[in-house]
Amino acid sequence: MTVEIKTIKVEPRRQTFGHIARRLGADKAASRYEEATLDVQATANFHYKPLWGADHWHYDERRTAIRMADWYALRDPRQFYYATYNIARANQYQATEHNFEFVEKRGMLGLLDPAWRETVAFYLLPMRHVEWGANMNAAMMCDQGYGTAVTAPCIFSAGDRLAMAQIIGRIGLALDGNTGSSLDTAKERWMTAPEWQGLRKLTEDTLVVKDWFELFVAQNLAIDGVLHALVYGRFDAEGQRLGGTGVSMLTEFMSEWFAEQSRWVDSVIKTAAAECPENKALLSGWFAAWSARAAEAAAPLAARVLGEEEARGAVAEALGNLTARAKTLGLDA
Amino acid sequence: MPRIVSITLQNTDAARPIIEAITEDNPGAVVHSFPGIVKIDREGSLTIHRASVESRIGRDWDPQELHLSVVSMAGNVDEDDDYFGLAWAN
Repeated sequence: MTVEIKTIKVEPRRQTFGHIARRLGADKAASRYEEATLDVQATANFHYKPLWGADHWHYDERRTAIRMADWYALRDPRQFYYATYNIARANQYQATEHNFEFVEKRGMLGLLDPAWRETVAFYLLPMRHVEWGANMNAAMMCDQGYGTAVTAPCIFSAGDRLAMAQIIGRIGLALDGNTGSSLDTAKERWMTAPEWQGLRKLTEDTLVVKDWFELFVAQNLAIDGVLHALVYGRFDAEGQRLGGTGVSMLTEFMSEWFAEQSRWVDSVIKTAAAECPENKALLSGWFAAWSARAAEAAAPLAARVLGEEEARGAVAEALGNLTARAKTLGLDA
Repeated sequence: MPRIVSITLQNTDAARPIIEAITEDNPGAVVHSFPGIVKIDREGSLTIHRASVESRIGRDWDPQELHLSVVSMAGNVDEDDDYFGLAWAN
């Protein structure tokens, strides 16, 4: 007797959700990113305007001056949704943990030149307050923003900011032998050291920016573009011949994150600028104002770390690179 | 006589961008859908390009990751950092 095994192919009634199929233009299998992102946010039937801001609906395109025909054009090239984001960050955080162990086991922070050790504590540790401000800003962009395509990555980036603040805190503890005294000093410097006051004012001013897209440009393009380039680029390079390799290993997350986050930021700004000339003009104006402010605020810190002369060049270079980047995004810079 | 190379992949979220990359990069590839799997045939050779998959998934992709989705294949394998090729070499 022979047994014949047959398979019956059952065609599914449809390949994806109706609203996704309408966007893709055909009923074809969609990626998880598309299904978790497209048209997820509510757009109608809010019933009452919120008491905390009665001039807008809960989700309202008019919370920014930027206009988009379709807010879901602002997609994330990294295709982050809950799972992909967490998988990516879990891997990076594992590497960070490993680096901490590595640096600790070999006592690499002990190899720091004593003067440079003091400089690192001065320029790096107060950055955790900058990151906290950036966390607030990212949460605000998610809160006020429109469309899941842009708001979801905003809240992911808010999480990243806390992670970076935490890494900096751990570096402080590694430097001061787990007493926390270096972090107290860092807070004091953030509040009173003249080199930090420009950056503190800049951070505090961003906290009250009303237009979430302006905040997006200010924080993600201008401030990060100047500050990350200096702190994790130029300052870090300066420390290499002074035994700073351990510090570089501990801040590796930041450089990796910055490169990755920039891909998303660039894509959002590029798409918004290409939408209409009004957007382009607004974005260009915001970029010009905030990048100039960021460079000015970072200058005293750079002078403290690199010395007056070299700092001027370093800040000009950071601003120059950032302006070139903005040009490639279609801004008038 | 022309010979057919083929690769069979699971029909999953991870494999769909790869299937798309293959059909785009290899004109004349024939896609057969079966329950849960997709078999792709082509005459002569078939190449999966790293860059092509990366542009679809938005992250770095190692051609070795292909093996997480492969069910079966036919052809001599040529694996490199930037592509995964199938052909009847001799």
